[in-house]
Amino acid sequence: MNLQAIWNHDLAYSFRRSPVTVAAALLTLACVGGALLAPWIAPYNPFDAASLDLNAAFAPPAWSAQGRPGYLLGTDDQGRDLLSTILYGARISLGVGIAAVLFALFLGVTLGLLSGYFGGRLDAAIMRIADIQLSFPAILIALLVDGVARVALPASSHDEIAVPVLIFSIGVSGWVQYARTVRGSTLVEKNKEYVQAARVIGRRPLAIMLRHVLPNVMGPVLVIATIHIATAIITEATLSFLGVGVPPTRPSLGTLIRIGNEFLLSGEWWITVFPGIALVILVLSVNLLGDWLRDALNPKLR
Amino acid sequence: MLAFVLRRIAQAVLVMLAVGLIAFSLFRFVGDPVLFMLGQDATPEDRARITRLLGLDQPFYVQYAQFVGRALQGNFGLSLRQAQPVSKLIAERLPATLELSLVAALLALVGGVSMGVYTALRRNSWLAQMMLAVSLVGVSLPTFLIGILLILVFAVLLGWLPSFGRGDTVALGWWSTGLLTASGLKSLILPAITLGLFQMTLIQRLVRSEMLEVLRTDYIKFARARGLTDRAVHFGHALRNTLVPVITITGLQLGAIIAFAIITETVFQWPGMGLLFIQAVGFADVPVMAAYLCLIALFFVVINLMVDLLYYAVDPRLRIDRSIAAG
Repeated sequence: MNLQAIWNHDLAYSFRRSPVTVAAALLTLACVGGALLAPWIAPYNPFDAASLDLNAAFAPPAWSAQGRPGYLLGTDDQGRDLLSTILYGARISLGVGIAAVLFALFLGVTLGLLSGYFGGRLDAAIMRIADIQLSFPAILIALLVDGVARVALPASSHDEIAVPVLIFSIGVSGWVQYARTVRGSTLVEKNKEYVQAARVIGRRPLAIMLRHVLPNVMGPVLVIATIHIATAIITEATLSFLGVGVPPTRPSLGTLIRIGNEFLLSGEWWITVFPGIALVILVLSVNLLGDWLRDALNPKLR
Repeated sequence: MLAFVLRRIAQAVLVMLAVGLIAFSLFRFVGDPVLFMLGQDATPEDRARITRLLGLDQPFYVQYAQFVGRALQGNFGLSLRQAQPVSKLIAERLPATLELSLVAALLALVGGVSMGVYTALRRNSWLAQMMLAVSLVGVSLPTFLIGILLILVFAVLLGWLPSFGRGDTVALGWWSTGLLTASGLKSLILPAITLGLFQMTLIQRLVRSEMLEVLRTDYIKFARARGLTDRAVHFGHALRNTLVPVITITGLQLGAIIAFAIITETVFQWPGMGLLFIQAVGFADVPVMAAYLCLIALFFVVINLMVDLLYYAVDPRLRIDRSIAAG
């Protein structure tokens, strides 16, 4: 497909026509770029304990009266440069969000395929669990799974395993919508002729599910995943804010906001406000992009 | 009808037993409560005594049965951190959470319905546009950021309202209320707004879309043709017909509000159950966690059960759908 064809494609057309979407895409690109390139563009390495300068702690932003010129957005309680910490933190927030969505997608698609293809008791069992989980808010499930995992695992390893535990708990809290969507499409697809043909020539159920059904049910799933990323980032930030997420030694945006929140009343507002703004921009732009994709791919709304 | 009710109740009991099993497994297999209570240098006799006292020397299923039996009486043992009965800790914290949640729900309902009606009737006014924009922001901002923002503006910069705690409380029997003192009421404002905002935007959008739908129907046209006043048409006919789904959604959201109170309570250091739970996670205080787990599951199960039964009673169309769906 050449550039001309891409430019004239339906999706590209609806993208060009919506200035909000273009702005959201640019912002998303800036956030993702800043996060990915953090080790190269950040002025300091906040994870390198040797480079920390405790004398520089609580420096306000550079443009205020007591600001230090080297620290554009000021420093936190340990003298870490806030801009660098935000860039590195966004990396963790994005990474955990995307990994959690991928985990939820994998779990949900697998269970949905099995449920829809085999039906019967397996289907009933999986869908009943999904019903029950759906009656609780996802963030509560994530919080409970995370809390239980933290208590179940030894306290000494909390800092190293914090990120995998977060990915697991956010993923587990979000599989239901994928499973329901995939199950619905699988129920439709499995009665079509190409699946019957594959069965007649003797392909095994696993091969039919993976090679024939799966590619035809993935479309809506990818749209859900795009919107889910923003939710997953919010959930990660919330758990970290509550103190059961990423540890303060390698803070994500939520952890930074938690650190700053302790100093809000004594006047050090920047430690909370700047990571907060970064989080809002990140979530809002990803959200707008996901909403646009959902509407653009839905022919009913055109 | 009876079969449906019984099946629904059986499902609720099953969910509670499953949650109870998770809570119990926490108790049984996480950490060593004896070590936690006595410290490293306890004598073997002390260890044996506490092990017996906590019932840890019994087989698994006996302990589970005992756990369920005790949980049914509201007895979750001693908090590992505070060495007090968990039921007492929860009972102390319950009024704070329930007051906050109910005020937030009321705020969401009143604010959401009035804003929803306004945005539906005056669709193109600037105020309606602004309300929609604010609701979009309310949906996309994380709850804790809204709380911090409110603290920054109204407590730090303006100094009008307190930023943490419950203010003075008055004891009414075992229930401590902050609704009767000035400082209690002032302390309630920011947390209630934080907690209610998301649900308020949800209700606003729901009311708006339902109103727009109803205003297009024939009976509204006939009501206008009969020469009824705008007020009678809008509130007597249109609003009344949108309220059934609104009330159900609000009912269902009550559970969500109680759950989301964990976040609000942490932001505002509100001494409720959510804060108790978060602190329990931090200290691996298993009995408190288990009790909270069971209690919050109970809230959800009871609310969902009631809403389902109400639906069933109110809307005869559902009876056919449900019996088919249930197979």
